[in-house]
Amino acid sequence: MPTQPIPAPGSHAISIRNLKKSFGSNDVLKDISLEIEPGEVVCIIGPSGSGKSTLLRCVNLLEVPTSGTVLVGPDEVTHPDADLDRIRRRIGMVFQSFNLFPHLTVLENLTVAQIKVLKRRKEDAIATARLNLHRVGMSHKEDAYPGQLSGGQQQRVAIARSLSMEPQLMLFDEPTSALDPELVGEVLAVMKSLANEGMTMVIVTHEMAFAREVADRVVFMDGGYIVEQGLAQEVIGNPQEERTQSFLHRVLNPMVIDAAEVIEAEELSTAS
Amino acid sequence: MDRGRSEELIGPPAAAPAAAGRNRTTCSTSEETMSTQTTYPATEVAAPRLTRRQRARLSLGVQYALGIAVIGLLAFMTDWATFSAAFLRFDILERMLPRVILIGLVNTIIYAALAFIFAFVVGLLLAVMRLSSVAAYRWFAGAYVEFFRGVPALVVLFMVAYGIPNAFPGFQFPGDKYGMVMVGLGITAAAYMAETFRAGIQAVPKGQLEAARTLGMSHTRTMATIVIPQAFRVVIPPLTNEMILLVKDSSLVYVLGVTAAQYELTKFAQDFLNRSVNATPLIVAALCYLAITLPLSGLVRKLEARYAKAR
Repeated sequence: MPTQPIPAPGSHAISIRNLKKSFGSNDVLKDISLEIEPGEVVCIIGPSGSGKSTLLRCVNLLEVPTSGTVLVGPDEVTHPDADLDRIRRRIGMVFQSFNLFPHLTVLENLTVAQIKVLKRRKEDAIATARLNLHRVGMSHKEDAYPGQLSGGQQQRVAIARSLSMEPQLMLFDEPTSALDPELVGEVLAVMKSLANEGMTMVIVTHEMAFAREVADRVVFMDGGYIVEQGLAQEVIGNPQEERTQSFLHRVLNPMVIDAAEVIEAEELSTAS
Repeated sequence: MDRGRSEELIGPPAAAPAAAGRNRTTCSTSEETMSTQTTYPATEVAAPRLTRRQRARLSLGVQYALGIAVIGLLAFMTDWATFSAAFLRFDILERMLPRVILIGLVNTIIYAALAFIFAFVVGLLLAVMRLSSVAAYRWFAGAYVEFFRGVPALVVLFMVAYGIPNAFPGFQFPGDKYGMVMVGLGITAAAYMAETFRAGIQAVPKGQLEAARTLGMSHTRTMATIVIPQAFRVVIPPLTNEMILLVKDSSLVYVLGVTAAQYELTKFAQDFLNRSVNATPLIVAALCYLAITLPLSGLVRKLEARYAKAR
């Protein structure tokens, strides 16, 4: 497993303090503090609009927080002088919509940043790329273009692309939400093997079975706050907060919701 | 399948209002309403007894017949000997060759290519400025585009060719007339190309930028390696269109008072027109223009096919 360069006492992989983020008058993150340890696998769950993705995107500053601090290892990413390009190299990110570069082949997708950013020699970049394609089971498609691959294959290539930069931690923003149901498994399997190798991972997901099995810790968010967190079995198996209970109830039993409830909720929201 | 559909189309008109009425009162007979919903509204069905497809075929037949009749009438009324004497005099063509190619066609290509290069560089720069986070850049690029899109190319060419040498005595365009044309036509084309490039850059999904930045690429590196190569593919067809327009706009060069060696196709043809009092030179010039523009269109189709795979 990758070790932290400076294992100072109390040094976290990620340390988020009093993070707030608003889009105009819409307060998406209200006051978030969260620490993630090296090697830890944390799943963030919660209803849509609860701020999960925004929180993740604040970690590598794809969204600029309104206030608060974010530290990744020893570096404060929210510092005005932070060298973001350098910090981002150490943070892999996998998106819901894959975001592979459509004008490059699979192999070029994996080598372009190694060559242009890490200044690796082309042969070295290709060797690293091939190794990581092998890890995600995509060696046979290195000359294909992203458009020729299935969603599951594209997402596995996207994971390999992140891994080729040899990141110290990986962020996953709903990596299986855009996939056809039969393709979800192959992506989760790759993520699970990464977790077993000791990668530090923060995963925004709706896959409760995956969270329960793979996550060391589950964080439940609602309305811009962290409502509840703890061991995966605890939070998913025996939630303490009412909002967690009602969310899990809806997610785990999608058929129990009555049409009348939906209509009532809809009318309430249009009335207000 | 065909028969089934046409039977549906001429279905009884009376069924439609009845079905609509039933539809409104209750949903219980859902199967029944489903089957009658396919009936077309009464107004259409009440028209002639022909099916929609038959009517379309009849209409097309009438159009063909009219077209053939008009062509036939024109052909009958035309005095072909006079006609070809006015437009197709081979002796004039012979006198035009080979200079129409070596001077006219070559100069047209040079003028258009120079202006295109100028417009490409300036247009790309303006597009990046227009998308910049610096307000002054955005304002300048916006004003440039609005101004030069709204002013005729001929006026701009005049301003460049006569205005600039007067305003800056001693200033000489590199390559004299060639430099003048490059700037004079390029300025206008750059305004159009800036808009094309801007649309192309904006057509690249935001996720591409995010993915590149996440891999540690700087903004400039992201633009150069990820965004602009993708934008370029989107932009190839409208860019060729711009090239074709420039080929034709090069005909404006005659107003600059060019020497015989600097003639482009239109000026060259006009010269012959004055001497021979015959339209043949115009036909020859038109064919030469097509000899440039048609291969350009073909080239685009080829490029588009090549890039289709990597979309």
